Amino acid sequence: MSAAASPDRAVVVGSGLAGLRGAEAMRRAGFTGSLTLVGAEAHRPYDRPPLSKHVLTGAVAADATTLPSLVPLEAEWRLGTAATGLDRKNARVHLADGSSLPYDRLLIATGTRARAWPNPHEGRLAGVHTLRSREDAAALRGALAAGQRRVLVIGGGFIGCEMASACAALGIPVTLVEPSATPLARVLGTHLGDVIGAMHAARGVEMRCGTEVEWLEDDGRGRVVRAHLAGGGHVETDLVVVALGAVRNTEWLADSGLGADAGGLDCDADGHALDSEGRADTRIAAAGDVARFPHPLYDGRRVALEHWGHAVAQAEHAGRLLAGRRPDRPYAAVPTFWSTQHGINIKSVGLTEGADGFVIAQGSPKEGRFLAVYGRAGRCIAALSIDCARWLPAYAAQVAARAPFPPIRGATDQPADLAVLPPGFP
Amino acid sequence: MPDPDSQATPDPSPLRVLVDLNRCQAYAQCCYAAPAHFAIEGREALFYDPAPPAGMRAEIERARISCPVQAIRVEVPGQGLL
Ligand SMILES: Cc1cc2nc3c(=O)[nH]c(=O)nc-3n(C[C@H](O)[C@H](O)[C@H](O)COP(=O)(O)OP(=O)(O)OC[C@H]3O[C@@H](n4cnc5c(N)ncnc54)[C@H](O)[C@@H]3O)c2cc1C
Ligand code: SF4
Repeated sequence: MSAAASPDRAVVVGSGLAGLRGAEAMRRAGFTGSLTLVGAEAHRPYDRPPLSKHVLTGAVAADATTLPSLVPLEAEWRLGTAATGLDRKNARVHLADGSSLPYDRLLIATGTRARAWPNPHEGRLAGVHTLRSREDAAALRGALAAGQRRVLVIGGGFIGCEMASACAALGIPVTLVEPSATPLARVLGTHLGDVIGAMHAARGVEMRCGTEVEWLEDDGRGRVVRAHLAGGGHVETDLVVVALGAVRNTEWLADSGLGADAGGLDCDADGHALDSEGRADTRIAAAGDVARFPHPLYDGRRVALEHWGHAVAQAEHAGRLLAGRRPDRPYAAVPTFWSTQHGINIKSVGLTEGADGFVIAQGSPKEGRFLAVYGRAGRCIAALSIDCARWLPAYAAQVAARAPFPPIRGATDQPADLAVLPPGFP
Repeated sequence: MPDPDSQATPDPSPLRVLVDLNRCQAYAQCCYAAPAHFAIEGREALFYDPAPPAGMRAEIERARISCPVQAIRVEVPGQGLL
């Protein structure tokens, strides 16, 4: 070891879940050099999933989700300071306070932010919110606790659905507007999206699918009062939650020469960042929501996942890589996700994109408890469990093995025939 | 569970609890060990308190150990991982 001769400096940009777990993985893998974590937010890394669930209902305080550290990091923290640029030639990260940090190894884990309402003036009205950070959740909790006449959720993705579910739990009238025919249509298809939509409707959420919010009207004093829908009609509301998905935080990489855009930072199968010509920069790895990488399970299709479990698994992979451990195989963790809505446990493994059929392999949607398996070209590619989690590991194994679709049978409480149905992607 | 909306002085350094809910199989053993901080909602959705008071350490530790899939992580701030 020539530690004294060559300073060994690791920098992690983005101190969220992936940044923290990546830094820990570097230490675990034996990295003993200096370690600096740079974070735009002023907080130690915290967990986001509770922010759209029990924080909204008041069961958990917004600032109570600080992540446990799994390894002593002995790191320097530059919190409340965004990275503004990356100079790869001189191996330096530039920070918002005008300083810069030299690096020998760099982990990029800047995640995503909530997509803003497209009209900036309307997006700034009092009563119009998005949900990504601890502060966002605290503001929403405050507004919900103060009581609202009607909450309007724009967007029927996971966060929009969880938001609607929290309002229903609090007894606050809520309307969810989604342009597709059903909520979660892009992920589940409209067939099962419809089942989820019915679940919400049965618990009092007013579902307005197949329409869009065209514009938000204010009361003349800067507070939202009404949302106007495409094709006429409106919703009276005093709290609007814009849940239109996420945008990757890659702007700070604009002049870095890396292949990055609003869809993510490109990486190779090992997790090394790629430049705009597709060449790997082996001093730099990426992980979490910001990373776009070829997934071996899906024929090397480039994906960027916004899943908690993926942020952890890819960060551990990237951390080991940066610590100098050559991976024996590319990062290939099966994507996993969970959500809870109205006390219903929704879990998935794999990616449904491109599925040409699905089967109900366990239970039945009518009973509100089932497991669906999605297939493509005769292989299992994903499974979705609604209050059926104990069955999921068995099907996760089939997804990981790209087992033949429809999946093998044999379980006792399976439906009589596994009819292959069209998922109905929009 | 403490009411986070109340003005009461918060616990100075609560425990940090994290459950990997991908891994959790809703076996509910944690709920028996520390019923005030882990609960099953609906049929199988685990709810947990991410910041139980430091004084609950023994119960939380029991919950962690009882989880059959080792989904629970607990850090005592200043003292490291349990
Ligand atoms: C409300 C909510 C609920 C969720 N619920 C679930 C769920 O139930 N199940 C599930 O599987 N997943 C869920 N997720 C997704 C999960 O939380 C994310 O996948 C995970 O947070 C990704 O971690 P990350 O570290 O990649 O990104 P982030 O958590 O976004 O962390 C990135 C960090 O980098 C910082 N940053 C950005 N730009 C810069 C810069 N230029 N310089 C320095 N720092 C920067 C950001 O401020 C942020 O702190 C949820 C997400 C949200 C927002
Ligand atoms: S004991 Fe483990 S598996 Fe069971 S509910 Fe608790 S966390 Fe989940």
